[in-house]
Amino acid sequence: MGRIKEPILWALFSGGGMIAALALPALAFLLWLAAPLGWVELPAYGDLVEAVRHPLGRLSLFVLASLCFYHWAHRFRYTLYDGLQLYHLRELIAVVTYGSATLLTLAAGFLLMAVV
Amino acid sequence: MVRAVNPDYTRHHPKWYRRRIPIFWWTRKRAYLKFITRELTSPFVAYAAVLLLVQVWALARGEAAYTRFTAWLQSPPVLVWHGVLLLILLFHTVTWLNLAPKAIVLRVGGRRIPDAAVVAGHYAAWLIVSAFLAWLLIGGS
Repeated sequence: MGRIKEPILWALFSGGGMIAALALPALAFLLWLAAPLGWVELPAYGDLVEAVRHPLGRLSLFVLASLCFYHWAHRFRYTLYDGLQLYHLRELIAVVTYGSATLLTLAAGFLLMAVV
Repeated sequence: MVRAVNPDYTRHHPKWYRRRIPIFWWTRKRAYLKFITRELTSPFVAYAAVLLLVQVWALARGEAAYTRFTAWLQSPPVLVWHGVLLLILLFHTVTWLNLAPKAIVLRVGGRRIPDAAVVAGHYAAWLIVSAFLAWLLIGGS
């Protein structure tokens, strides 16, 4: 399967790694530490909802989340191969990791298109 | 033709000599431990993406649900856990940006741009993205 799919999976892994590296520390610090501790004040509820419903808000959240999921899938797959020496479970691990990333991406798409 | 040269059934050779590697091989050297720690940041990256979507979901379910979510964020065990999460995400960022010159080889006029410049460019991008997100989230207040 490798020849065609591997470069695509690597690109998703790499894009996810980059977007996670650039965006996640700031988001995690502001949303999940600084704001709950009262160090900073986030926009009011209504403004946040409006921002999330904006097409650019939906799109950026979808791209960020889905790339992070495929980044996890690809890296975790090789962590299991190399770290735990599970080469004999090759196919199963690939199906479970990329499958989970795909399900999470579909859930993110549904949330951002149909629920929000 | 490729298959004929390297058929599937030769993938596992039980009769070949293979040195057995213990499952915890990566605890033996600092460099191995750093490698496996770097690799193990990925579930935390996925957790952060899920948490972000859960926050969006709470927003979508109404103000009461969102208030419950922020109250959960304020509970001490969750704050401690998210402090650890931030450290792990920072570890991902630093190791990822430091490896960038290994993946990207830039040439200008036939000359390779030095690794340090590629790394510096990536750190600058991190700074710009972080500043932009801060402006987006708390710039109004």
